[in-house]
Amino acid sequence: MGAHAYHKPAAEMFQVSSRLKRTINVLLGVGILSIIISLILAYTGGSHEEAGHGGHHAVNFDKTRFWADILLSNWYFLGLTLGGSVFMALAYLTNAGWSIGIRRIPEAFSTYLPYAAAGFILIFVGAAEIYHWAHEGVTDPTSANYDAIIAEKSAYLNLPFMIGRFLAFFAGWFLMTRTIRMHSLAEDAEGGFFRHKRNKTMAGIFTTFFGVTWAMSSWDFMMSLDPHWFSTIYWVNQFAGMWVAAISTIMLFSILLKRAGYIQFVNTSHYHDLGKLMFAFSIFWTYTWLSQFLLYYYANIPEEAVYYFERWAGFKFLFWLNLILHFLFPLLMFMTRDAKRTESMIIPVATIILAAHFLDLYLCIMPGTVGQAEAGIYSWKFILEVGIFAFFAGLWLMVVTKSLSKINLIPTGSPYLKESVLHNT
Amino acid sequence: MYESPYRRPLITGDDTTYKKISDDIIIPVEAKPTQWWYMGFAISLAFLALYVWAIGYLLWNGVGSWGLNKTVDWGWDITNFVWWVGIGHAGTLISAVLLLFRQKWRTAVNRSAEAMTIFAVVCAGVYPLLHAGRPWVIYWALPLPNTYGNLWANFNSPLLWDVFAISTYLTVSVVFWYVGLLPDLASVRDRAEGMKKKIYGILSFGWNGSAKAWSRFEVISLILAGLATPLVLSVHTIVSMDFATSVIPGWHTTIFPPYFVAGAVFSGFAMVLTLLIVARKAMNLENYITLNHIDVMCKIIMVTGSIVGSAYITEFFIAWYSAVEYERYAFVNRMFGEYWWSYWAMMTCNVITPQLFWSQKLRRNITAVFIISIFVNIGMWFERFVIIVTSLHRDYLPSSWAMYSPTWVEISMYMGSMGLFFTLFFLFAKYVPVIAVAEVKSIMKTSAEKYMKITMEKEKAEESAQHSHESHHA
Repeated sequence: MGAHAYHKPAAEMFQVSSRLKRTINVLLGVGILSIIISLILAYTGGSHEEAGHGGHHAVNFDKTRFWADILLSNWYFLGLTLGGSVFMALAYLTNAGWSIGIRRIPEAFSTYLPYAAAGFILIFVGAAEIYHWAHEGVTDPTSANYDAIIAEKSAYLNLPFMIGRFLAFFAGWFLMTRTIRMHSLAEDAEGGFFRHKRNKTMAGIFTTFFGVTWAMSSWDFMMSLDPHWFSTIYWVNQFAGMWVAAISTIMLFSILLKRAGYIQFVNTSHYHDLGKLMFAFSIFWTYTWLSQFLLYYYANIPEEAVYYFERWAGFKFLFWLNLILHFLFPLLMFMTRDAKRTESMIIPVATIILAAHFLDLYLCIMPGTVGQAEAGIYSWKFILEVGIFAFFAGLWLMVVTKSLSKINLIPTGSPYLKESVLHNT
Repeated sequence: MYESPYRRPLITGDDTTYKKISDDIIIPVEAKPTQWWYMGFAISLAFLALYVWAIGYLLWNGVGSWGLNKTVDWGWDITNFVWWVGIGHAGTLISAVLLLFRQKWRTAVNRSAEAMTIFAVVCAGVYPLLHAGRPWVIYWALPLPNTYGNLWANFNSPLLWDVFAISTYLTVSVVFWYVGLLPDLASVRDRAEGMKKKIYGILSFGWNGSAKAWSRFEVISLILAGLATPLVLSVHTIVSMDFATSVIPGWHTTIFPPYFVAGAVFSGFAMVLTLLIVARKAMNLENYITLNHIDVMCKIIMVTGSIVGSAYITEFFIAWYSAVEYERYAFVNRMFGEYWWSYWAMMTCNVITPQLFWSQKLRRNITAVFIISIFVNIGMWFERFVIIVTSLHRDYLPSSWAMYSPTWVEISMYMGSMGLFFTLFFLFAKYVPVIAVAEVKSIMKTSAEKYMKITMEKEKAEESAQHSHESHHA
């Protein structure tokens, strides 16, 4: 099959269009406004003080909600960022050829990591607002706040250890993804196999490191929001959600870049492959979701089932909507081959998956922090929650598109680029 | 589809032709079996006889002839059942998932892996059949209309889901395997004469090799692959739920479903390697089941082994983190209790040995791979033993604590089930082409060493022509 007319694509530079700039500015503007209003509500509204659980201390739910929203957005965009890195690492490890042409997209995602780190440092500032285990006196038997179960876990759940872990994780992620991106960019001029092999090794190290650190991050930042509750599959479910969201984002970037006149060799076969991954991993997300739900529902042990009781009693509609958007919608829309190859089908599915990921995280975070009565989604304050998310979305887009605009959009030095350009299934 | 000539070849040798591929793979089917075949077959038959004897003894004397007691009421029977089901995973994974992912190396190993799947599931199926106590009324497990009033199977029980999952899986696996065989059975038919031609003619369903036949073949392969993929996952998911839906510490944990699936793929690939390393040598198929195939399968073993390892560690950590006394005890007891040796055997074989495959040198060292694959098979057996027996033998009530050891009946049944497995495998290796001839031919032009060399030279020539052209202009 060597009869193809192969024209090696030339280097391309991406320019952030004025329309994109405007979109980003609107997102940031709306976001900053929402953050300011939320902060005013949280830190001036004395009338919002209400009696907390058991009357130990007054809880200002505007404050809790604000910090819960900050956590949601940070976790969401950390997921997209690392999801992109996992994508580029797995492409090396599996010797994938088809994805090389769009490799620069997930590579650019990884440049958000320092901003993600800053966002998480912010969370430590407000930790006591959302993490019950970070409250004063929960491990002190003489305190009114004493909690015997949390005290049992305090060897792991304590701020100094958590901050230490967090620094190690980010340092590792940052150094490894930077190295992979550096080799990939240097390859453009050099060609050959040297950088490729280096990256393969680094991808193996990164993937292993990521597996361990992602599991621990999921426990630290997400599972410990319900500090009495536990589930072994929790981190796998968190991974599945962010992974399918990251693939959907890569898909959207590919389509939009192609529409804007870049990476013209990207064709329906590339979409088909990304679409298969979206299809498969939205099912995988459901699989892990069901593993947790079904087993806890079935055994009906109060300590475990309480997690779903809260979500069932207070968020029943969203509980089902999550499954419909995250599972049923992609399943039915992407069932056929043609659907995965048609832009007008892909864009809504990818967008819905991204929205469903937001909803999924909302259901992970809110019941254990603000609870049903104060959840933003049941009042006008949901506008602020979406606004805060918009800020981080704008920031993420700004950082990622800026990184994209600084480099050659096509990995012209990759030894397997030809396979990606001639990809045709 | 274009494939880079810089990739590793999947068919080695400098004289590869379509004819040679047919000859290399089909001649063992046509020739008289070697002495080695007869010897292996005889040993397998001996074990099969032991199997029949042990089952006969069991049926005559009842399940009391096993070593189970009222506390440990699942022992080697379920351990072996899960072990065999797990081994039955790699075949359909190779065929279905790798077909969907367009992995070309699948072509050399899918046939024998699928056959292995079917035989392993047959071995597995015998256990619940016998454990039910009265195998002659096993059909009661099916939701059939009956004369006992409103008596239905218990749909709430994962054991019933298992009946559905495994029987569906077996059915689809058999269909998938057989459909894939059709073109090759026709090849054997076309080369044969007399009675043999007639038999293979019937077996190949009148395959005529027309474009229409091939087109339908491709379509049905894809459809079956699409159906088989969720089935591969469902089978071990439901097997895991046999345990995880209960409230027994060590069983009731949410990571069980994906972790069981990964473990099954892990053990399945180990068994494929064990078998193929011997088969490629015995049948002179080194040009088709190459070191590159073995290398890739070792990587899968390493990945799935790491998934299994991280699941062990997650379980252990969450047992501590849960602060539930019983959970914590269950895991400490695994490590340091009466059955500590089984836990450490499992950890060594399943967590440590697959990590050796980070080394490419080891992945391409046949002896090392063979030994490690055996280790994995052993480790995965111990995993099931640890989960089942150590979790059960310490009940909530210390007065019910008990120990368990198998009787000769259980041991004979286990050894005997291997006899059944290998008897079937030897028959398969004799009467059916062990590699999918037609599929290997389909990758010859892109992935055979001989043709990749030609492509590479051509590309180099084109490139230098382009360079001189450019420099000429400059």
